[in-house]
Amino acid sequence: MIQEKKSKKGAAAGLILAAVLLILVVVLENLSALLGNAVPSFLLPTSQLFVVLKKGAVYSLVAVSMNLLNGFTGLFSLGQAGFMLLGAYTYAILTVPMSAKETVYYLYGGSAVPFSLPDLFGGADTPSGLILGVALAILLGGCVAALFAFLIGLPVLRLKSDYLAIATLGFAEIIRAVFQWQPLGPITNGANMITQIPTFNNFNITDANGTVILRLSTFFPFLVAILCIAIIVMLINSSYGRAFKAIREDEIAAEAMGINLAKHKMLSFCISSFFAGVGGALFAMFVNNAQAKVYTSTMTYEILLIVVIGGIGSISGSCIATFLYVACSEWWLRFLDNTMQFSSPSAPERTTFIVVFAVVVVLAAALLIWRERRGRGVFWKQALVALLAVALLAWITWFALSGQTKVPLLRTGFRMVVFSVIIMIVVLFFRRGMLGDKELTDILFSRRKAVGKEAAQ
Amino acid sequence: MMKKFLASALSAAMLLGLLAGCGGGSTSTPGSTSTPDASSADGGSGAENVIKIGVFEPFTGDSASGGNKEYLGMQYANSVTPTVEVGGVEYTVELVPSDNGSTTDKAMTAASQLVSEGVSMVLGSYGSGVSIAAGPTFGSAGIPAIGVTCTNPNVTAGNDYYFRICFLDPFQGTVLANFAMDKFDAQVAYCLGETGNEYDQGLISYFEQAFTAAGGQVIKAFYPTNNSDFNSYLTQAQQAGADVIFTPVSIAYATQIISQAASLGVDIPILGSDTLDDNKVLEAAKDTDIQLYVSTFYQEGGNPEFDEGFKEYINTADGALEANGGNDTISAVSAMGYDAYNVALEAIKAAGSVDPAAIKAALWDVTYDGVSGHIAFDDVNGDAVRDTAYIKHSTNDGVSWELETVQTVS
Amino acid sequence: MELLISTLLFGISVGGQYALIAIGYTMVYGILRLINFAHGDVFMVAGLIGIYSTSLLTALLSNIMGAEAAAMAAVPLSLLLVLVLTVALGFCIERVAYKPLRSAPRMSVMISAIGVSYLLQNTATYITAAQPTNYPPLPFLGDTVEIAGTSIKWVVLVTPFLVLALVIVLTQLINHTKIGMAMRAVAKDFETSQLMGIKINSVISMTFVIGSALAAVGSMLYFTTYPTIVPTSGAMPGLKAFVAAVFGGIGSIPGAVIGAFLIGICENFVKILPFEGATTFVDAFTFALLIIILVFKPTGLFGEKATDKV
Repeated sequence: MIQEKKSKKGAAAGLILAAVLLILVVVLENLSALLGNAVPSFLLPTSQLFVVLKKGAVYSLVAVSMNLLNGFTGLFSLGQAGFMLLGAYTYAILTVPMSAKETVYYLYGGSAVPFSLPDLFGGADTPSGLILGVALAILLGGCVAALFAFLIGLPVLRLKSDYLAIATLGFAEIIRAVFQWQPLGPITNGANMITQIPTFNNFNITDANGTVILRLSTFFPFLVAILCIAIIVMLINSSYGRAFKAIREDEIAAEAMGINLAKHKMLSFCISSFFAGVGGALFAMFVNNAQAKVYTSTMTYEILLIVVIGGIGSISGSCIATFLYVACSEWWLRFLDNTMQFSSPSAPERTTFIVVFAVVVVLAAALLIWRERRGRGVFWKQALVALLAVALLAWITWFALSGQTKVPLLRTGFRMVVFSVIIMIVVLFFRRGMLGDKELTDILFSRRKAVGKEAAQ
Repeated sequence: MMKKFLASALSAAMLLGLLAGCGGGSTSTPGSTSTPDASSADGGSGAENVIKIGVFEPFTGDSASGGNKEYLGMQYANSVTPTVEVGGVEYTVELVPSDNGSTTDKAMTAASQLVSEGVSMVLGSYGSGVSIAAGPTFGSAGIPAIGVTCTNPNVTAGNDYYFRICFLDPFQGTVLANFAMDKFDAQVAYCLGETGNEYDQGLISYFEQAFTAAGGQVIKAFYPTNNSDFNSYLTQAQQAGADVIFTPVSIAYATQIISQAASLGVDIPILGSDTLDDNKVLEAAKDTDIQLYVSTFYQEGGNPEFDEGFKEYINTADGALEANGGNDTISAVSAMGYDAYNVALEAIKAAGSVDPAAIKAALWDVTYDGVSGHIAFDDVNGDAVRDTAYIKHSTNDGVSWELETVQTVS
Repeated sequence: MELLISTLLFGISVGGQYALIAIGYTMVYGILRLINFAHGDVFMVAGLIGIYSTSLLTALLSNIMGAEAAAMAAVPLSLLLVLVLTVALGFCIERVAYKPLRSAPRMSVMISAIGVSYLLQNTATYITAAQPTNYPPLPFLGDTVEIAGTSIKWVVLVTPFLVLALVIVLTQLINHTKIGMAMRAVAKDFETSQLMGIKINSVISMTFVIGSALAAVGSMLYFTTYPTIVPTSGAMPGLKAFVAAVFGGIGSIPGAVIGAFLIGICENFVKILPFEGATTFVDAFTFALLIIILVFKPTGLFGEKATDKV
């Protein structure tokens, strides 16, 4: 009874959240058009913010699809990049405009696929061609991925834990090799990328002169991702979802309860792959091309990282972690790749840098020490964190006093070093991920309840 | 639960702090090797007369070696000509680098990073795949880009905003095929490339076209990404009776292939493309009997003044020697980077404006006599009108090339 | 015929190098049930240490003695340094990244391994400025010899024997020493062995020390054969070695070694298969082989049959 109430409340909250998000995205993207140049620079349409939002939307869908498999069904699969590849290629092959086939497939003298979905519905410039053609191609991308998942699943789903992981990883590698095989070139364009496909930017509404009047390029991936995630959430809350969780907790017990293991595992695997395929199609739209070289095991690890950081078995955790991860790696830390040279020891930027650095160190250290307030060997961990923080603060003080104008260490590649250190810290201090297996809505409601109880007393 | 929520909130705050740090760091000057003048010139980055030129290069990943060297040429050009006159006002040129990581999925975000920094135009990239992938991003932002050494035809085809100053793969493939025929009387060529690399595959198929048209026979082999064992391929080439081995691959693979060929005692000449013109490759060929020939854009000694100035820059500027791979051998890509920067300045001068659209309109008619030869753009795709390639061979002393011939194709 | 012989020789040699890495994977998995994704990168770092320590030591020693003698002395010293530093690295990784997570969900530990792998690769990119670096030629091992019409480096011939010798020493260590017994006990039952008074932490550390030492030896052999090192150099050998470990039945040392040799030989023969684009499928073939084995023998060639506990 309580469970049901909670999930209903959660569903309503999720629905409202999704609607608010969608509206917010449209407003954000068009704010600069409404207000002119009065908006801060990070709201301009060229800002990195929208790139992060688009990539975040795509990746969160893939992360959630992986979570469905790894977090809710307990099947440890590492094939996500392979299914994304299938989706991306299906989408790209079906949507290259007829007029561009000659240039795109220039090594093979044109494509063996004699049609293009958007062109069938009137071309990628018309709303019908764009919406129907693209939607159909994305859907087919998902279906192809699901079909392959079914074929792959027949032999490998019988395998247990790590063996399953390595087998699915292997299948992803095999799929990649097949798509790079020269004799398939007239379809897959061999190793070359398939370009000139409809992208998110095609969804911007323009007037007759080609000036953009309404930007929907960020709205589109959000819409698709939210729709798909909503379907996954509904699935998880259905009887199938409960069966999945039962399998995760204990396969033998689940079987004893009358759950058909093979059927449910296959179902979960195919559905997860379907959404990974949809995510792959969106990813192809995001990067403007499809190329097999990109969908390596590194990509799967990246997504697994996001899932675990967000919390295995938490949908909202996966989504939040995705956006933080993408923003961190693509946007916020990029300044670390360039040397930072201040004009003079008294430049205001230098002061800002010092203050921000110190604040970040103090906040991070406080957070980490506070996280580790219980358990064995806590003192040493806290002492270590404190020591590191003090060392960093001592350095920044020295830097501030010495009047140096150049920040040391910063050069190409430093961004990724810092990023991996941040990841290690998160992994070591947030063992169960940011949200554990809770949902954001659970946390918000339980908090309110606690507050209410206090008030009642 | 409360604690989890608080924890997430705090971590979000921490990340926001970093975001603010990003804002605080907006005074960053480009690259690791900025000279003292460049940085002091940048001291007034708050001042209004600055024009930003984006540098879209791979600083990490497979092609990092080439990307660093190309950028080095631009930095040198920037230190020689740090300002440009636009409509009677003097502007300081600021290079804004962005790392595309040699992969097509990072290319998109790196490109939009440049767009969001508000650059007036873009130079780069080394490697065709990333340039093709980033093309639409620059195109939709209306920012013109000059490809420096991306030789694949698809970089400029169908993209109005991409220009380039180097020759194209159909040309390069033909030149090398002709060279193999003329110099070695080759009948059988063994082509070795990386699976899934646009550049390798394109060049090999153009080479094949020209070579078979002239009556030769081609054997193709592709190795998977991250492969390091080339012994089987090289033995296979020997067994097949190949007269030349054509291997237009990235630098890291090229060094592997050459050192393994040396230890196998392969006496077949190895032909490479412009990517192999790199001092890491020379290092691998040091003290071996390998016959290594490459086609390229520039040969050291072509412009003594540039050579001297650039060598001094490599040896004195902070971090430049490291970026050039540890010695001061001049790579052709550096010369091309130097030329690209100057072409960009010419375009800005001709446009008389820092507006990307004006610069793009002016670019079509820009001509420039660079260290790598005369540069002009054709009217179709904005490709360079070039009909010369330098072919040079390694002297196997580890540091120098010797000019073999200058090839042209009508 | 010559082609077949040289292919076989190279296959055996690369198989031996995979075997040295695979032992590290299989031992760690046997004891911690952890896929140590960072192991391939430890291998790569060992290679980089070799490069930097050789050039550093040559420079240092040439101040003391002549340049010739310095170059001679630097190589063995740097190899020793590689061994020591790699072992230290493996030990530190375990203490910092895995030990605090011993009670955490398994997935977290594995993510920690992926994180370490990221960190090592990115740090290597930063330090080498993303330039490919060349491994110094080792005396004797790097020299070539003429066999069956093809010239081959000595390292190719030495590798299988060295690997076999190391494996024999290792099996003796595991079967006949106290620490070896403790390792077997921990691998069998983690909790119970703890109750029996086995110092779990030192056993685990020892496992990482042995694995890293073997990876260091493997890096010397591997990078002498294939001398260019880039930050991702460890990824492919690491993955192949891991596949080899699974192939042979993860947790079993002889299984890992046999699996590694099989995979090394097979992948070299795939390269010379006479159909178009066969070489595209070199890596794919390895995985296909693995999947076929797993489908018919779900725990690998020599893996123990897993029993479900209710």
